Amino acid sequence: MSEDIWAEQDTNPDAIEAALRELLHERHAANEALAPARVLNLVVIVDREWKGEIANRLERAGRYHASRTVLCTVETGRTKLDAVATVSYQEPQGSALGVMHENVEIDLGPSHLRALPTIVDPILIGEIPTVVWSPHGHQDAVDALLPLIDVMLLDSDDMDDPTEAFARAEHLREHAYVVDLAWLRTTPWRERLAATFDLPERLPALREIHELEVRHRETSMASALLLAGWLSSRLQWAGSHLLLWDGRIAGQAHNFNGDVVVALRTAEQEAPGLAGVTVSCTDGRSLSLQRGEGGLDASERTADGAERTWKILGASRGEGGILGEGVRQALLRDPTYVPALDAARDLCPA
Amino acid sequence: MTDPNPLSQGLERLPVAPTNLVIFGGTGDLAKRKLLPAIYNLAHEGALPERFNLVGVSRSDMPDDDYRGLAIEAIRAFSRTKPDEAVLEKLLDEIRYIPGTFDDPQVYESLVATLAELDRNAGEPMARTFYISTAPEFFPLIVEKLGDHGLNVHDGADVRIVIEKPFGTSLAEAIDLNKRVLEVFEERQVFRIDHYLGKETVQNMLAFRFANGMFEPLWNRNYIDHVQITAAEDIGIGTRAGYYDKAGALRDLVQNHMLQLLTLLCMEPPVVFSADEVRDEKVKVLHAIKTPEKIDGMAVRAQYSRGVVAGVEVNGYLDEPGVPEDSSTETFAALRLEVDNWRWAGVPFYLRTAKRLARRVTEIAVILKPVPHMAFGGQHVPANQLVLTMQPNEGVSLSLGAKVPGTRMTIRPVNMEFLYGTAFISQSPEAYERLILDAMRGDATLFTRNDEIEALWGIIDPILEAWERDKSSTVPQYDAGSSGPKEADALLLPGHVWRRL
Repeated sequence: MSEDIWAEQDTNPDAIEAALRELLHERHAANEALAPARVLNLVVIVDREWKGEIANRLERAGRYHASRTVLCTVETGRTKLDAVATVSYQEPQGSALGVMHENVEIDLGPSHLRALPTIVDPILIGEIPTVVWSPHGHQDAVDALLPLIDVMLLDSDDMDDPTEAFARAEHLREHAYVVDLAWLRTTPWRERLAATFDLPERLPALREIHELEVRHRETSMASALLLAGWLSSRLQWAGSHLLLWDGRIAGQAHNFNGDVVVALRTAEQEAPGLAGVTVSCTDGRSLSLQRGEGGLDASERTADGAERTWKILGASRGEGGILGEGVRQALLRDPTYVPALDAARDLCPA
Repeated sequence: MTDPNPLSQGLERLPVAPTNLVIFGGTGDLAKRKLLPAIYNLAHEGALPERFNLVGVSRSDMPDDDYRGLAIEAIRAFSRTKPDEAVLEKLLDEIRYIPGTFDDPQVYESLVATLAELDRNAGEPMARTFYISTAPEFFPLIVEKLGDHGLNVHDGADVRIVIEKPFGTSLAEAIDLNKRVLEVFEERQVFRIDHYLGKETVQNMLAFRFANGMFEPLWNRNYIDHVQITAAEDIGIGTRAGYYDKAGALRDLVQNHMLQLLTLLCMEPPVVFSADEVRDEKVKVLHAIKTPEKIDGMAVRAQYSRGVVAGVEVNGYLDEPGVPEDSSTETFAALRLEVDNWRWAGVPFYLRTAKRLARRVTEIAVILKPVPHMAFGGQHVPANQLVLTMQPNEGVSLSLGAKVPGTRMTIRPVNMEFLYGTAFISQSPEAYERLILDAMRGDATLFTRNDEIEALWGIIDPILEAWERDKSSTVPQYDAGSSGPKEADALLLPGHVWRRL
């Protein structure tokens, strides 16, 4: 990967934008086969002391890079803007074309945050969606940016209290399309549960579910609630707040046939997200999915008590992969998140 | 009709029923380079069915463990993603291999027993997909043997068969093969694969045409002057003389890929994007193409002769290893076709494909009619061109006339370009990944239906027969590395020129 770099201290947005334009122009003039990516802008607001960690996560997002990433680094006491603009590219071979990505890193102070739109807006590429990710809070800055943005990337697992996290997501979704990394951590589980009940002879069993247990890392309760909320919304359960009960957080929802026990249990696990899911039906059938090496370990008990286990293949995407998926999802629209979020709010522990 | 699965809504990847996938020709080149890596990538992405088993069938005698080793080696060599060792191990943990010749009843008896055992292990009947990736002469034999052993049906689960190309080498063969396949399987079970249709850029043609209102008013004989479809390769036949000399450019690329592109370009909008609705519209286009009995002036063939490609001197076709010295097989084919219907009557469609041309490019160029009156001092301004490029740089460009900066009103063409690589974040998956998944799911939209395959051959057959009859004249030659034979110019109507490669 090659890079062209510009840097300036005590700079301003116009100078940064002009520098980017010049860098792109010069590189294109030097090699006409290089064209700038024009998919989406990503604005990231981070605390200076955690900048390296966030930069690493963005790096590990794999091939899902925004076209122009504007990393706003907040440093206590800073009053002036310093910026580094980078255009990165791989020199294309033969008659192939190459794509250039742009990164801007702006060092700014807390006093700049309320006026962040006036700093960021001139630097964004017009006519393409803008995504904002603020992993260290800075909610005032995010709120100030809301009129500018199309997509809000957030992680409901980042907040200690899922009730607060979901209220935040609810507030943001009134202004922008929300991509929630906590929701994306549930994707393989949702796909597998959907697949399990997809055969016509299994579909009626969805009405027979009487217990759902979701196991999760301690810091990932929001993911667990979103998975429970998804099932609840898809199956039209009426849920109510869960309570701490018998060593787990549990409660009851109601479906066509009666009550459904919904329970969340924490599990020892290094990776954020879910550790397992068990769905049990009234006739004694149950399906359990457990995170394992190379995919999910599935075990099924039939109504007559027979048990089977098998492996559902899939590589772990890791947190870098989840973030990359979040960037990719900014171009898509998932109609099931909002109903799942609403149902998850109903289930949030009282 | 059953209720839809409420859990599937909103999922990007729809569920696929538990499936046993059987690859006939499991040790062949296609399996090693494309199918096994595609299956691995589906596993990596978590896109395979929740229960999935792989069975290889081929002539080489080897135990399951050796086949596992072969599959691991192939996946490591050709997978587009670096294999995750845990996924790779689990995918191939239970892989089965059945050795034997395809006419040997023992092979099918073993297959019956193996599939029954896999069903027992799963505790339910699993869907079966048979992927025939053998030499074409074995297609009917394998189909018949599957039928003889009752493998064409399975109580409680679907059975599907994927048949690789070429589906016949002539209309008569295609009709015969269709008949033999449909004696054993129902059409809804049959998936005739043309991997070209699995390419994102080919599917994008449908999005481009039917999701953009601006093109529809222009998409007809009133505004389009002519169309050029080009599939040029800079490489020669390599080590494929055995196949290529029997096939030739017309069978290799025109009969399938290029005519598919033409149908997607010309078809009417389907009411819904379902397999039969889309294929109905494609077949109508094919039926509107009439090949005259006398092909003079509408078809040209040629062979590459010695030349220079990328600064390196290369052999002519007749000097390639394995090619008979008196071969008349074409390595260049160009056609002028007409789609004789209300929308397209009178618009010439030029198709051109060849080995060893100046560069590799696959594109569709739609050349619009010139403006009726040029107000700018009689200067010649090229007509607008809309170019959809499949390779190497996937994208769409539209040429427009624009004023050259300065004091005079001088017009020159400029391009508005859309490049896939700059406009989307994700890489396109391999066509085989999409198609294998679609076949296991039973979605035939991107596969060729029986009447479609016969209509495709119906266009090509008269040309092949005419060339076959014409033994007396020598096949024109073109220099390797050039843009093709000058004889191809004879196809062009007055005022038309081949696009520069």
